[in-house]
Amino acid sequence: MSTTQAPAKSSFSLASLVKLDKKSKAALSDPMSENNPITVQVLGICSALAVTVQMQTAVVMSLAVIAVLSASNVTISLMRNHIPSQIRIIVQLSVIASLVIVADQVLRAFMYDVSKQLSVFVGLIITNCIIMGRAEAFAMANPPGKSFLDGLGNGIGYGIILCTVAFGRELFGSGTLFGAPVVPQFLYDIGYVNMGLMVVPPGAFILLGLIIWGQRTMTGYAEDH
Amino acid sequence: MSDFRVIRFAIIVCLACSVVLSAAAIGLRDRQDANLIFDQRRNILKSVGLFEDGMGEAEVNAIYGERMVGLVLRPDGTVLEGRVPSDIDEAKESELLALYQRLDDGKVGAYSFPVSGKGLWSTLYGYFALEADLNTVAGITFYQHGETPGLGGEIDKPWFQHNFVGKKILDEAGDVVSVTVVKGTAADQHSDPKDLSHYVDGISGATITSRGVTKLVKMGLERYEPYFGTLRSGAGRTT
Repeated sequence: MSTTQAPAKSSFSLASLVKLDKKSKAALSDPMSENNPITVQVLGICSALAVTVQMQTAVVMSLAVIAVLSASNVTISLMRNHIPSQIRIIVQLSVIASLVIVADQVLRAFMYDVSKQLSVFVGLIITNCIIMGRAEAFAMANPPGKSFLDGLGNGIGYGIILCTVAFGRELFGSGTLFGAPVVPQFLYDIGYVNMGLMVVPPGAFILLGLIIWGQRTMTGYAEDH
Repeated sequence: MSDFRVIRFAIIVCLACSVVLSAAAIGLRDRQDANLIFDQRRNILKSVGLFEDGMGEAEVNAIYGERMVGLVLRPDGTVLEGRVPSDIDEAKESELLALYQRLDDGKVGAYSFPVSGKGLWSTLYGYFALEADLNTVAGITFYQHGETPGLGGEIDKPWFQHNFVGKKILDEAGDVVSVTVVKGTAADQHSDPKDLSHYVDGISGATITSRGVTKLVKMGLERYEPYFGTLRSGAGRTT
């Protein structure tokens, strides 16, 4: 995992609302913009394509990832001094898998319709590289409090992108937001049609590409060649 | 770190994880089972036209209890007395058929039964319902599929499902011809209204899913025909 990043030019300021020391602040806010797991590190793309046809599924998926990521970071950070290094990956995976299954069970019990739409993608949070990546790169080396903020920040960073993509896909693909029609009928009457491309996975790729382009232009981040 | 400590740590992690998972599974099971029953009942009600958008779990259960009566049929079309669909053991008695009847003032007003079959990517699961004349389609619903949203996924949508309502499954000779999903618009291809009553509009960009729907409706009707046949001929009518 790359940890070297371009210097911050613009900064997402949600963290400034809470009083935190500089390093904790960075742990929370960096992943929302200049070290975003999706747009900068390009991790977790699979689910970003699959669950972003509608806002509702994207929001629930984001919340599930935020919950799992924060909890797994805290758990692994608490255990970090005891985890034998030979088996650390499988221990991380056990913790993450257990948390994901719990999240899936909770969704099935309390948000049945959404969990039906998300189907296997909740279970596939286990394989989301963001979560393993944060466990290995951050939680193994930092105290629980900071790890929690790092998990929260990365989860929110993932969620922001997911919801942005879903916003575009649902609006242009179906003419609705959260299932409610937003494109006025008279536009359809004069010949406007929903963009079929947006409901299929390539639509997510294109939107994601545009977002990454826009963000990298803003932050001045460039890949080293 | 010594092997012993590694193994001890691994065992502790496994135990802790299994305790957490068991607790979650057991603690949430009742709620999840209730959701499954609610979802099934909601879909049965939808297929026979008793469901309206926004109905909650309590409402669905109340209407279901009041209006729906389940039957269990043998493959030869005879009724297995004293059984209800919910106690069919899918693993051991997969040959038994579940049938749900809508009662209107004590008389059967519609029959609903589960249908399933392959679409493009996935197996489609739903319910198909006939009016009391066992000819007119009362409705169709799909509650589980993995088709492409916006294409094959349109089978979920009211516009597609509404097309089935009022269609006929019998031809003039009384043979089962089922209802066929066409490619494009049914009315363009079958101008004769008698003919048109056996066809519904297809979903553009979802030919294979549409074909799957045609096939699963036909298969479903064939499985239940032994029972429906005896009802139509007037013999063996149960109330």
